[in-house]
Amino acid sequence: MIFADLSTALPEILLAAYALLALMFGAFGGKDRTAPTLFWATAGLFLILAIWIAASPAETRTAFNGMFVNDAFARFAKVLVLVAAAFVLLMGQSFISRHGFMRFEYPVLIALAVLGMMLMVSASDLIALYMGLELQSLALYVIAAMRRDSLRSTEAGLKYFILGALASGLLLYGASLTYGFAGTTSFAGITEAIGEGDIPLGLLFGLVFLLAGLAFKISAVPFHMWTPDVYEGAPTPVTAFFATAPKVAAMALLARLVHDAFGNVTGDWGQIVAFLAVASMFLGSVAAIGQRDIKRLMAYSSIAHMGYALVGLSAGTAEGVQAMLIYMAIYVTMNIGVFAFILSMSRDGRPVTEIDSLNLYARREPGRGLALMVLMISLAGVPPFLGFWAKYAVLVAAVQAGMVWLAIAAVIASVIGLYYYLRIVYLMYFGQDRAPLDSAMPMLQSGLLMVSAAIMVLGVVNLFGVEGFAALAADSLVR
Amino acid sequence: MIGIEHYLSVAAALFVIGVFGIFLNRKNVIVILMSIELMLLSVNINLVAFSAMLGDLAGQVFTMFILTVAAAEAAIGLAILVCFFRNRGTIDVEDVNVMKG
Repeated sequence: MIFADLSTALPEILLAAYALLALMFGAFGGKDRTAPTLFWATAGLFLILAIWIAASPAETRTAFNGMFVNDAFARFAKVLVLVAAAFVLLMGQSFISRHGFMRFEYPVLIALAVLGMMLMVSASDLIALYMGLELQSLALYVIAAMRRDSLRSTEAGLKYFILGALASGLLLYGASLTYGFAGTTSFAGITEAIGEGDIPLGLLFGLVFLLAGLAFKISAVPFHMWTPDVYEGAPTPVTAFFATAPKVAAMALLARLVHDAFGNVTGDWGQIVAFLAVASMFLGSVAAIGQRDIKRLMAYSSIAHMGYALVGLSAGTAEGVQAMLIYMAIYVTMNIGVFAFILSMSRDGRPVTEIDSLNLYARREPGRGLALMVLMISLAGVPPFLGFWAKYAVLVAAVQAGMVWLAIAAVIASVIGLYYYLRIVYLMYFGQDRAPLDSAMPMLQSGLLMVSAAIMVLGVVNLFGVEGFAALAADSLVR
Repeated sequence: MIGIEHYLSVAAALFVIGVFGIFLNRKNVIVILMSIELMLLSVNINLVAFSAMLGDLAGQVFTMFILTVAAAEAAIGLAILVCFFRNRGTIDVEDVNVMKG
């Protein structure tokens, strides 16, 4: 019995053991001199685990008395999280060593955060959910304040910590009410307690608090206030990480919670999620217009994108979950490309994040300018690029579920959002001549920028087959 | 006879005090850390009360996990706060404002 349990969670156990060994290796093996080795080892392990999980047999297995579940949905999210984390870790390496905060703790903390995310997407019990979420969050608080000597970075860490702890508190209060009124912490037990009729009032309160706590983690409006400050203040490699893997994990956790535990009261959480979606899309699109800092702009952009992904989820159907997974996969790919570019933005060796510094960039660097233009237009959701098909998938799911008003709101918000993405493209091609950015860009970053842009163009043929995997994942979640 | 409602009322009151402690407090960040602790502990009261009512141990196990995580959370919060203090020279809430918002 115990052996079957352990083998179900073997990738997680290996990652946990690796994180502890890497910490020992770093602490006793020469401190920060070991950091480059640990960067490559951690990213390599992420990729190996991703391939392993992707290749593992398609079956649903539960372990530890139903606390941990390994199904197609969990595998899809885990592969996405691991691949995104590996690339983001590697592309930040040159930035980190150039600006002198190459610490061996960084890859170890990333490994622990990713472990937390893997546990989150596999959780099928409120206790497992909370432990996974906290393992992720505690590592992320420290990573946000990674540059101990920088006021902005420590302030970002402090703000993230306080608001993150508040969100954990809300989530826990919801978990305690859910436990009290359902009499169990397991998702299957909660579904049983709700039964077929209306949801009891106590459980409804629990559901609302749980959703509020999770909305914070995916930075959905009205729980988004930390996002712009943390994105701006944290070092750029950390911001790139925040914008990718944790978003996927939290979104997957949200989908798992509402479908596994509250799957027979879709209408109740559907309207809450729809409200979060509409508020996020509009606030993200409108507030980004006035931004001068590209990291802040990407923060509002990610708020808006979470809104679109929630549109798919609020449909409450398997198609909706499938659309949400496709959306997250495409969103992560776009963000890796854009952040690879932002990491390389510097003038005289100092990092620059003002949008104005992109003036006439495309004239000096036509190749990279073109790639960034493709990514920006794809982020805005203009056909024929992949970003459009991501939005198309969630809109179709919403319309099929009879939420036409939500689809119309999403289209209006994406038209508003178009403005600020196109402003960047405009500056790159027709801006005024200002002090240029340094033209050097490390191989890996420019490679990821180009590959990400190429995926946006080539992916329209068949989405690289992601659609089929997302369908399998959605079917394993929504029964 | 003290019933479940009394425990839930106390926990709800403590929770609300904790939330307001975070938002209304204009003095210093340590008070915010105390408010966070208050919120987590009110949840523990809830869980233990429910656990006793239901005759089910899961709630008390959950409480143990929360206590452990709360300790780790406090340690990390204070560590970040010390770093912030070294850079800023103050821990007044009003001075956590280098970035707007």
